[in-house]
Amino acid sequence: RMRFAGGGAAPLPPPPALPLPAALPAEVEETLKRIQAHKGVIGTIVVNAEGIPIRTTLDNSTTVQYAGLLHQLTMKARSTVRDIDPQNDLTFLRIRSKKHEIMVAPDKEYLLIVIQNPCE
Amino acid sequence: AASQGSPEPLQGLVPPPLPSQQRHRAWPPASSQGRRRVRGQAGWVQRCNVSFSLTSAGTMEIVYVYVKKRSEFGRQCNFSDRQAETNVDIQPDPSLAKNFVERDPIDAAIQCASDMSEHEVNTERFEMENEGVNHLEGGWPKDVNPLEMEQTIRFRKKVEKDENYVNTIIQLGSLMEHCIKQNNAINIYEEYFDDEETADVADEPPSAKTINVFRDPNLIKRTATHLSWHPDGSKKLAVAYSSLEFQRSSKDMSYESYIWDLENPNKPDLVLRPSSPLVSLEYNPKDSHILVGGCYNGQIAYWDTRKGGQPVELSTIEFSHRDPVYGMIWLQSKTGTDCFSASTDGQVLWWDIRKLTEPTETLVMDISRKGVLEDALGAIALEFEPTMPTKFMVGTEQGVVITCNRKAKTPAEKIVGTYSGHHGPIYALARNPFFPKNFLTVGDWTARIWSEDCKESSIMWTKYHMAYLTDGCWSTIRPAVFFTTKMDGTLDVWDFLFKQNNPYLSVKVCDEPLFSLRLQDNGRFIGCGSKLGTVTLLEVSSGLCTLQRNEKNLATAMFERETKREKILEARHREMRLKERTKAEGKEEDVKVETEEEKPEELLARVQKEFFEIIEAEIRRKERADKLSKAQVAH
Repeated sequence: RMRFAGGGAAPLPPPPALPLPAALPAEVEETLKRIQAHKGVIGTIVVNAEGIPIRTTLDNSTTVQYAGLLHQLTMKARSTVRDIDPQNDLTFLRIRSKKHEIMVAPDKEYLLIVIQNPCE
Repeated sequence: AASQGSPEPLQGLVPPPLPSQQRHRAWPPASSQGRRRVRGQAGWVQRCNVSFSLTSAGTMEIVYVYVKKRSEFGRQCNFSDRQAETNVDIQPDPSLAKNFVERDPIDAAIQCASDMSEHEVNTERFEMENEGVNHLEGGWPKDVNPLEMEQTIRFRKKVEKDENYVNTIIQLGSLMEHCIKQNNAINIYEEYFDDEETADVADEPPSAKTINVFRDPNLIKRTATHLSWHPDGSKKLAVAYSSLEFQRSSKDMSYESYIWDLENPNKPDLVLRPSSPLVSLEYNPKDSHILVGGCYNGQIAYWDTRKGGQPVELSTIEFSHRDPVYGMIWLQSKTGTDCFSASTDGQVLWWDIRKLTEPTETLVMDISRKGVLEDALGAIALEFEPTMPTKFMVGTEQGVVITCNRKAKTPAEKIVGTYSGHHGPIYALARNPFFPKNFLTVGDWTARIWSEDCKESSIMWTKYHMAYLTDGCWSTIRPAVFFTTKMDGTLDVWDFLFKQNNPYLSVKVCDEPLFSLRLQDNGRFIGCGSKLGTVTLLEVSSGLCTLQRNEKNLATAMFERETKREKILEARHREMRLKERTKAEGKEEDVKVETEEEKPEELLARVQKEFFEIIEAEIRRKERADKLSKAQVAH
C-alpha cells in the first residue's frame, strides 16, 4: 500500500519542462478520480496504443468502441495537423456533439478520453 | 581455272573462325555487311558479299559468294570542278497574273505543335455503401487470453506500474482538467439573443427551390399518383406509383411502390410489392410503421415497414372496390386502426386493418339518397378533419362535393349536402387548417374555395387556366396560402391576401404533367409527383412559411366578406326565381304566348357559331397582347 509522504497540500502536477520526478501510481489514481469527480463528467477511459482499455469507468463494450473509433480519429487528426505544418503536432482533440463533448488527450502510447456533458 | 562468272567455292581462303557467343572481333568490321576485296589468284579480285551477322544464338547465317572479273568493274569515278551553267531560264509572264485575284490579308495557319485528340471518358457509376465497423475487443498480446479475467487484470496492473504510463497520465490529466474546467466555467456555444423575436422578414421575392429529385428506377415509368410524408419528422416519403391511363399499362410495368429516404435519392429505402399497382398510399399518423394503400384493382392492403415489402394483409376482392381506390384516409380512433377509402365505383368503405376481409361499413354516393349503386357518383377525393370526426367530405368525378355525416342513423341521412360547381372531376379536397368551415376544391381548370354555409356556389375561385389542375393543398402555416399543380408541370402558390387573380408564385417544376402534391407538416417542403414518376422535393422561401402579422384576421375578414357576398347573391337569385315562378304561374291562366321553339339543328348551329366566335375573339385578343408585348420588348 502506498502512502503519501508529507500529507496536507495536494501534490501539484509537475510542469512538463522540468525533468519529472518519479511519480507514484497512486497519483495516477488520484488524478483520474479527480477528473471523474468534476461536474458533468460521464466517463473516463485510458487506452493504450493497441486499443486495450487500461482504466475505464464505463462498461466494456462502450469502452472498446470508444477506444477503437477515437484512436483512428486521433491518428487522422494528428496526421492532418502535421501534413499542414510538419513542425506542428496535435495536443488535444475535442468533439462536441448534441448530447455531450468527447475530449481526447493523445500521447505516443496512451490516450486519455473523457466524456463530459457541458453545463447548459 | 574456274569458269567465268560462276560462283566457285573459295580456295586457299581461310574462312574466318566460326563465331562463338559474344566474341568481339576486329575483322570483319562491325557492320554486318562487309565488302572486302580479297586477294586471291592473280587478276581475280574476288568480291564477296559475306555477311557475318551474329545472331544471338551465335549461329552463322547462310551466305552467298560470287566472283567478278576486275576489268568488268569499270572505270573509277573521278570528280572535277565545273563552271555553273544555266540549264533552264523561265521568265515571269505577267499575263498569267490575270487568272488570279490578289488577296490581302491572307490567313495562313501554321501549326507547329503535335497533333492532339480529345477523348472523353465517363466511368460507370459504381455503388458505394457506408458501413460501420464494430470493434469487439482490443488488441491483447498473444499471451493474454481476453476472456480470462485474471490474465487481463494482471496485464492491466502491469501496465499501470510502468513509469512511462504514470508520467504520461499525470501530464494528460492536467491538460484534460483544464479543458473540463473550461467547459464548466462557460458555455461557449451559448445562443445569445434567443428570446428576442426575429425581425420581420425583409421583402424578399417568394421563391421555391428544388432540393432533391427522386426518379422512378424502373424502365417503364409510372405516374406518381400519391405522396405521403412520414408522420415523425418527415424524413421519409412514401410514393404510390401506378399508371392511371385506361388500359395503357403494359405487361412489364412493375407494380412496386417505394418509400424514399430524403437523404438518399438513388435507391428507395423500402420497396412495397402489392399485387396490383398502388393508386393511393397513406402513413398511419399514430403509428409510423403502418401504411395503408389502395390498389388499382380496388383492393386495400396494409404494410408494416418492420415486416418488409410484402403487404401484411390484403382485403378480399369480393368486398373491395370495383374501381381503383383513389382516396384513402386514416380515421381517429382509439385503436388507431380505422381507415376509409373511396373509389370511382361510387362507394365509400370503412375498414379496420386488423380484419381486412370485409369492410366495417359502406356508403353509396347516391345523391338522391336512395342508395342505388347505378346512380352513384364516382368518388375521387376524400376529406377528413380529425377535429370533426363525424363529418367527412367526398369529391366526385362529376364535379360535385358531397358532405356526409358518419353518425347518421339511416344511410339516407348520411348524405347531408352537396356543392356543385366544377365541370370535371374534383381531384383535391381540403379544409383550411385554420378555418375549417372553408374548404378548397381543385378540379377542371380552376381551384375554388367554398364556405360550408353557401351551398349554391363557391365563395372564391381562380381564373380558368390553360392547363388542367391536378392537385392542391393548403399551407399548414399560413391560412391564406395554398398550392396547386397543373398538367403543364407548374406548381402555383396562391396567396389570396396579396393577389387574387394570379398565383403569387408560379414555378415550372418539370416538363411533364404534375399529378400529385403533398406539403410537409412544417409547411416548408413540398413534394410533387409527375407523370413519369419523378418526385421533386421543393423548399419554399421563408416568407411563404412564416405567419405574417395580422394574417389570421385579414383572412377571416376576407372569408366573411366573400361569404356574405355569396349569400346576398344567393338570396337575390332565390327571389328572382320565385318571382319568375309566380309570374309563369300567373301567365298560364292568361294567353299562352307562342314562343318560337328552336329546332335542335338550329340550336346546334347557333351554339356552334357562338362558340367559334368566342374562340376567335380570344385568339385575336391574344395576338394583340403578344404584338404589344413584342413592341415593348423591342423598345
